[in-house]
Amino acid sequence: MLRLVRTLIALTMLAAGFTVAAVLLFAHYAGEEIEPLPPSTAGSGLGATAERLDRAWRSEWRDAGIVPAPEADDYTIVRRLSLALTGAVPSVESLRRLDLLPADADRVNAWLDHLFADQRHADYLAERLARVYVGVEAGPFLVYRRRRMVNWLSEQLMENRPYGELVNDLITAEGIWTSNPAANFITVSVTQDETGESNGPDEIKLAARTSRAFLGISLDCMQCHDDKFGDHWKQRDFHELAAFFSQADLKLTGVRENDSFVYETRLHGESDPAPVPALAPYRPDLMPESGSLRTRLAAWITHRENEAFSRAMANRTWALLFGRPLVDPVDDIPLEGPYPAGLDILARDFAENGHDLRRLIRLIATSPAFHRSSSTGDPGNPVTEDMENAWAAFPLTRLRPEQVAGSIVQASILHRLDAESHIVRKLQRFGETNDFVTRFGDRGEDELSSEAGTIPQRLLLLNGELVEERTSPNPLMNSSTRLANLAPSDERAVETAFLAALTRLPTEAERDHFVDRLADTPRPGRPAIMADLYWALFNSTEFSWNR
Amino acid sequence: MKRLLSPKPDDVACGTAEHWSRRSLLRTAGFSGLAWLTPVSQILARAAENGKTRPRSLIVLWLQGGASQLETFDPHPDTVISGGSPAIATAAPGIRIADGLPQAAEIMSDLSVVRSLVSKEGDHARATYNMKTGHRPIPGLEHPSLGSIVCHELPGDGLDIPSHISILPSQAPARGGYLGARLDAFRIGDPVEPVPDTRSPVGKERQQQRLSSLELLDTTFARGRLARLDETRTLHRTNAERALRMMSSDQLAAFDVNEAPAAEREGYGDTPFGRGCLAALRLVESGVRCVEVTLNGWDTHVNNLELQRARNAILDPALAALVKGLRDREIYEETIVLVGTEFGRTPRLNALDGRDHWPHAFSVALGGGGIAGGRVIGATDPEGEENAPADPVTVDDLHATVLTALGIDPSYEFMTPLNRPVPLSEGRPVRGLLA
Repeated sequence: MLRLVRTLIALTMLAAGFTVAAVLLFAHYAGEEIEPLPPSTAGSGLGATAERLDRAWRSEWRDAGIVPAPEADDYTIVRRLSLALTGAVPSVESLRRLDLLPADADRVNAWLDHLFADQRHADYLAERLARVYVGVEAGPFLVYRRRRMVNWLSEQLMENRPYGELVNDLITAEGIWTSNPAANFITVSVTQDETGESNGPDEIKLAARTSRAFLGISLDCMQCHDDKFGDHWKQRDFHELAAFFSQADLKLTGVRENDSFVYETRLHGESDPAPVPALAPYRPDLMPESGSLRTRLAAWITHRENEAFSRAMANRTWALLFGRPLVDPVDDIPLEGPYPAGLDILARDFAENGHDLRRLIRLIATSPAFHRSSSTGDPGNPVTEDMENAWAAFPLTRLRPEQVAGSIVQASILHRLDAESHIVRKLQRFGETNDFVTRFGDRGEDELSSEAGTIPQRLLLLNGELVEERTSPNPLMNSSTRLANLAPSDERAVETAFLAALTRLPTEAERDHFVDRLADTPRPGRPAIMADLYWALFNSTEFSWNR
Repeated sequence: MKRLLSPKPDDVACGTAEHWSRRSLLRTAGFSGLAWLTPVSQILARAAENGKTRPRSLIVLWLQGGASQLETFDPHPDTVISGGSPAIATAAPGIRIADGLPQAAEIMSDLSVVRSLVSKEGDHARATYNMKTGHRPIPGLEHPSLGSIVCHELPGDGLDIPSHISILPSQAPARGGYLGARLDAFRIGDPVEPVPDTRSPVGKERQQQRLSSLELLDTTFARGRLARLDETRTLHRTNAERALRMMSSDQLAAFDVNEAPAAEREGYGDTPFGRGCLAALRLVESGVRCVEVTLNGWDTHVNNLELQRARNAILDPALAALVKGLRDREIYEETIVLVGTEFGRTPRLNALDGRDHWPHAFSVALGGGGIAGGRVIGATDPEGEENAPADPVTVDDLHATVLTALGIDPSYEFMTPLNRPVPLSEGRPVRGLLA
């Protein structure tokens, strides 16, 4: 009896599942059920800076005698933005909403409004930035909670908190790492000796991290000696910066300043350790005269006139959007220039507008460089590396593991996967993608390495569990099966699969190839044909690369 | 007073004047791009010296957590620090090891022991990085593991399966670092399971259709994009082809310990680690360059003696069977076996009868091609009064020794992606360990 009841319940759920799937799928073909994205007015505020950027790039290309690649289409642009800001390709549902905007609408800013309203963008950017601030390691036992830090960052980004304030909170954080998550920026540097005893926050690690993350200056080598590559930095500069963190102490009440600490070190060539004062490595005029060491440092770093701070974030944000920084390496930007076209324009605008991160993203996303295609469209005259290096063609970069995993999951569900999505789906996504990311190989902090892919990555996509589960016939979970059973025509089934996975429509040859295969197959075999189509899409070069 | 944590400037060897001048030299020579990927082997003309066989493979048995020197290769029985560990005689005259390793004792004439390894890293993650790469962690640069260097320098000719493999990887499997992700160890679990992701989920015919669809998509994508897109940028199809070759290769059988005779399997112990060591032997026999097999659980802050003994019970048969197996197949001279751990454990027991982390003097064992057997380097104070050992060997020196035995010049400098030259190892080979 019990068994019968269970079976009935299961059948009812299955039927309900089918109905939901059918309704959702139907919605993708019935335009009136989907609302267009709200139109955006955000573009009007970018005015003068956007024009300056446009002029800067176009004159650069003209002077270099480079013919830029053609304008990328809207789908390509929104794919880039969704990958950069949410870690996954756009949903078919969202693309349909984009299509419904009037012809003269500002699609880029409407799409950005759409992404900025989505909790996923804050969560994703928080994780990317956390790698810069605290790395990926589990960190010191008991005194560090990375998850809290990421959640806190996500809250700040969701509120679009001015970036300078956010950084100020990190550098000056006091208290317990659980109740004040920003304090994890300090406690991640805590060193523990062989018995697990804490030695307190490490000013060396903090100084190296701070200068790379917030100023785009790599001073790590200057810990031990003067700059061997140029005359700019001295070992003393590094230790004078480190001295600002020397009074950070770890007590029962968490991170506290202790002004009885005096920073001493033995510089190269000296025989004895000597006190080193806390001094700005440049622009001492921006340093406040009073306050605790860390509040003074934070005020100096985030000062509107500290150009290195704005430049570092402009370069980093560029890298998040393009997969490649304007100045490479992303955290080694010369203090005196020269800089590639656009960097100073973006940095100045960022400083003048209260370090507004969303505005910075909008400026980059509407710049002519971001709108280049990654193809000339002409096989006889293809894109060259010179074009990529001049940002006259969108540089092809490999997607990160979580972007590939997130895109597989998103593409196998036609509607938008967001923070409100069904909890089962979320759990599934979290579990599946974690395992996938581990096996795919996460480069940790080395976020922007421009490496080619690897063989284990190919094996994982050719034969791995995630792809198999997300493509194989399953009417409840997988869009491949739903399209096979419910699409109004074979053409629509193939088109929708291309939109879901590659954010573009198929070429004629591609459409014919797959439609022919569907047409030749009796109904029960269609889910397998669609599974094969999805498998091929997920395994294509195009799927794993940002184009 | 706060403890000063900044290293003394001369603690960190940043190199000689020559080391720095190389950069400008290379810069003027237009050295850039991927040129740093050129194997040293092409530069170093490694002609067979004096007709001796050079080792060509490396097996690392990695004891994750910090194996206690006192309960493994450096016992001090009947002293205040012994913690109750007796010692036993071994096949090597004069070498006594802990009583938990009776089978290893029988092959000690094939292994040498370093009892004076010193490091400055007392944290698991940092110390593991230090031991696996031979460099201390620094921000902004990831060094390659020893195995990745070996794979890079001694490419596996005719190999369809990966040349660098990590079995039962811990949180920190060996990685290619600045040499690239292609040199990361290929990770597998207990070899009793099939190699992950090497079986197509569909039949042959469907697989063929899938691959022809894939070709159509990749052709569309290449249109108007970089010339020679695959070769110069993505390696996507190249790697897919190699993955498909691996899937259909007979060499996959090397992973499958079930193919080994039951008697041989039993010798390694019925444990994942034992099977991992057997797989390591079979893989090296097939031409794989580096295999790392991890045995976890050595972090014995509590109840040290009992827990270390339990680990030894797994390590002992596997290590002995591995060395014997390599000998029987006459490939011991072509292989280096290194039993390593991230640090040792405190000479004195803590209040919970545990031993804590101890990087000041700990032990490793190694042997095989180019490495002498039956020797002991260094000594620790039996009373535990003196932290520093006699004849200290740094982690850098250990790496330099293994590289030298493999015919790889440790002082060779790679130009890293950040355009900074870094030597493979800053240590000096320990002459006493070289055969």
